[in-house]
Amino acid sequence: MAEKIREFFKTFLLLELLKGMAVTGRHLFARKTTVQYPEEHTPQSHRFRGLHALRRYPNGEERCIACKLCEAVCPALAITIESEERADGTRRTTRYDIDLNKCIFCGFCEESCPVDSIVETRILEYHGEKRSDLHYTKEMLLAVGDRYEAEIAKDRASDAAYR
Amino acid sequence: MDLLGLYAKIIATGLTFAQGMLGPELGAAVFTLVKTSVLIGVMVGAILGAVAYLTLLERKVIGYMQVRIGPNRVGPLGLLQPIADGVKLVFKEIIIPSGADKVLFVLAPIVALTVAMAAWAVVPFSPQVVLANVNAGLLYIMAITSMGVYGIIVAGWASNSKYAFLGAMRAAAQIVSYEIAMGFALVCVLMVSQSLNLSDIVGGQEKGYFASMGLNFLSWNWLPLAPMLLVYFISGVAETQRAPFDMAEGESEIVGFHVEYSGMLFGVFSMAEYANMILVSFLTAIMFFGGWAAPLDSTLFNAIPGFFWLLGKVLCVLILFLWFRATFPRYRYDQIMRLGWKVFIPLTIVWLVLIAAWMQTPFSIWR
Repeated sequence: MAEKIREFFKTFLLLELLKGMAVTGRHLFARKTTVQYPEEHTPQSHRFRGLHALRRYPNGEERCIACKLCEAVCPALAITIESEERADGTRRTTRYDIDLNKCIFCGFCEESCPVDSIVETRILEYHGEKRSDLHYTKEMLLAVGDRYEAEIAKDRASDAAYR
Repeated sequence: MDLLGLYAKIIATGLTFAQGMLGPELGAAVFTLVKTSVLIGVMVGAILGAVAYLTLLERKVIGYMQVRIGPNRVGPLGLLQPIADGVKLVFKEIIIPSGADKVLFVLAPIVALTVAMAAWAVVPFSPQVVLANVNAGLLYIMAITSMGVYGIIVAGWASNSKYAFLGAMRAAAQIVSYEIAMGFALVCVLMVSQSLNLSDIVGGQEKGYFASMGLNFLSWNWLPLAPMLLVYFISGVAETQRAPFDMAEGESEIVGFHVEYSGMLFGVFSMAEYANMILVSFLTAIMFFGGWAAPLDSTLFNAIPGFFWLLGKVLCVLILFLWFRATFPRYRYDQIMRLGWKVFIPLTIVWLVLIAAWMQTPFSIWR
C-alpha cells in the first residue's frame, strides 16, 4: 500500500521527468567537446596510416628494390609493380602504382617492406575529383616522400623502440 | 514610456490628417483600417522573425545540451543561419505527388500558418499594446487554435497517400484530445479571474494577499492552479506537436501527415508549428505567470517596462519547450492518447470542481 502511494506521488510530481531534465540541464553548461575541424584538429598518432609515400636514401637513391613483398601482401590488390635491371646491375621498379580507390589503409605494405621504402604518412586531407586522380604512380609517391621526408623519418624514429 | 507617448502622438496626427482629407467619419474609418493593417504587418513581421530565430535558438540549446556547439558558421555566432535555411527551403523543388489535389495540397500549409497567425490578434503585449482588446479573447484563441486541425487534415487528404492520411488522422486525434484538457485548464483560469479578456486575466493576477505584501509572483495563477499549469503546458506541447509528442517528426518509427511535402510548403508547416509554440508560451505567461507584471513590487523591477517582463517569461517557457525536446524520448501513440484521455481529462475535471468549491468557501482567495 505504502509502495502504491509512493508510486502515485512519484508519478504526479513528475519526479523522474525532472531528474531527466536535470541531466540535460547540467549538460547545457558542460564544456563542449566539438572540434571545429578546418581550424582545429584532433591529436594524431605517429602511427597514423594515411596517404602512401615512397622514400629515398639520403644520397638520393630510391629505397625500393622491387622485391614485390608489398604487392604480394596487399589484401586489396591495390599495388602493381613492374621491375627491370638497371644499367648498374641493380633491380629497380619501372612501375609502382597504388590504386587508392582499392587501398584499405591496413599498413601491411609498410610492415612487409624490408628497406622501409613504402610508408604511410600522416596526410589525410587529399582528394580526387575522378577515380583516376586517386591512381598514384611511382613519380607521385616519390614526390610525396620527398616532400614529407622529415616528418616520415621522425615518425619512424619515434616508433623504432616498439618494433 | 517615451515610445508609448510617441505612438500616441503618431496616432493622433494620423487621425487628424485622415479626417482633414476625407471628412470626420470616412477619415476615421480609413484611418482605423490603415492603422490596423500596419499593426498587423508589424506583428506578422515580428512573429515570423521570432519564428526564424527560435529555430536557431532551438538548434543552439539542443546542441549545448548534447555537448555540441550548434550552428556557428553562417554569420557571427551562426546568427544568419535562419536566413540561410530560409533561402535553401525557398529554392528547393516543391514536389506535388501525382493524384494529389493540387489546390488543397498548397492550401493546407497556408491554412495552418494563417490560423497560427490569426490567434495573435487578441494577445496583449502590454496594458496598452494589443491589436484587438476583445472581451471574449480567451474564447477566440481557443476557437482559432482548434482550426489548426483543418490544415493537418487537409494536408493528409490532399497528399493522396495512405500514410499521410493515417498520419493526419493521428495528428488530428491527438490535437483534438488535448484541446479538451487544455480547455478545462483554461476554464479554471477564467473562473478565478472572472473574465475572458486576456488583459483582465493579467490584471486579476496583480492583486491578492501576496501582491499587497509586494511579493507579486506568489499571487500569480501558477501557485493556486499549479496542477492546471502542468496540464495546460503539457497539453500545449502536445497541441503544437512538439517533442515528446511529435509523432509526425518520427519518420523512422511512424510517418506523419507531411510526408509528401517538400521545400517551402514543408517549411510553412514548421513555421506554423513554431508560431504555435510561441503562442502557447505567450498564453502560459499571460494566464499563469502574470503577463507583464514584475515579480516583485520594487522600484528597480518596476523600472523595467512590462513588455520586457512578458518577453522574459515567454523566453523561459520557450526554452522549456526546447529542453523537453532535448530530454524526453518520444511517446508511443497509444501512450499519448492514454495520457490525454485517462489522466489529464479526469484530473482537470476534478480540479475544476475543487476550484469551484474553493471559490464558494470563505477561504476563497479570489475576491
